[in-house]
Amino acid sequence: MSLFDAMNIAGTALDAQTVRLNTIASNMANAHTVAGSAEEAYRAKAPVFSAVLEDSMNGDGSQMGVRVDQIVQTGAEPYQEYNPGHPLADENGFIYRPSINTTTEMANMMQASRSFQNAIETMNTAKQLALRTLTLGK
Amino acid sequence: MAGIDNALGISPQVLALRTQRMNLLTANIANADTPNYKARDIDFKKAMEEAQAMQAQQRFSGTRSHDKHFEMDGGMGQPDVMYRVPSQLNPNGNTVERHREHSEFMDNALRYQVSLQLLDSRIKGIRNALKGGQA
Repeated sequence: MSLFDAMNIAGTALDAQTVRLNTIASNMANAHTVAGSAEEAYRAKAPVFSAVLEDSMNGDGSQMGVRVDQIVQTGAEPYQEYNPGHPLADENGFIYRPSINTTTEMANMMQASRSFQNAIETMNTAKQLALRTLTLGK
Repeated sequence: MAGIDNALGISPQVLALRTQRMNLLTANIANADTPNYKARDIDFKKAMEEAQAMQAQQRFSGTRSHDKHFEMDGGMGQPDVMYRVPSQLNPNGNTVERHREHSEFMDNALRYQVSLQLLDSRIKGIRNALKGGQA
C-alpha cells in the first residue's frame, strides 16, 4: 500500500482508455469503407472493460485496476446499398457499408477522453502528495 | 522506537488510512466505465476509531511461522471495505458516480495534506527539542 499504487491503478485506466480511443479511431476511419459482401464489410469494434481483481491473500483490498477484457464486434449488420456501377458491387449490384454511427462514436470518444483526463488528474494528485511526503521534516 | 511513535501521535495512522482510501477512490475512478463494477470506499470515521483503539492498547506482536499467516503487530487492522450506494442506477450495473468520486478524492487529498502538515510540525518540534532550541 503506497501512493504509487494509486499511480499504477490510474495507469491501468490510461491503458484501457487508450485502447478504447484506438478502437473509436478505427471505427471512425472505416466509417466509409465499402465492401463487396456483408462478411467482408467492416464492423464497429468496442472494448469491454473489466476490473482487475487482486490476490485476496496478499492484497490489502485496495489494488483494483481496470483492463480490456476483450474487443467485441458490435452486432449491427452492414447496410446494403444498390449501386451496380460501383467497382466492388456483387453480382446483384449491391455494395455493403458498415453501420457505424459517427455521432455515437464521437460521444464515446468524448467520454473516453474525459476518463483519460480524470485518470491523469488522479495521478497528478498522487504525485503531488508523494512529493510532499518526501519533504516531510525538512 | 515506541517513544518516537508516541511522540508522532495519530498522524502516521491517518496518513496510512488516507493512502488506502485514495487507492480505493482511484480504483473507482479508473473503473468508471467498467460494466458491473461496484464503487468501494471505507468508513473513515470507523477505521480511525479502530486505529485509535489499537494505539491505546499496549502494542504487541505475534510470531509468524508462515508467510501466509496474518500479521499481528498491534498496528492497524485492515478497515472494512464497503460498497457505495449510488443515487442513480446505471443500466450497465456500474455504481461509480464520477462527481462523487472526484469530490471524495479531492477531500481525501486535502485531508492527507493536513495530516502531513501536522506530522511535519511535530517532527520539527521534536527536532527543535533535540537541538535545544539552537539553530
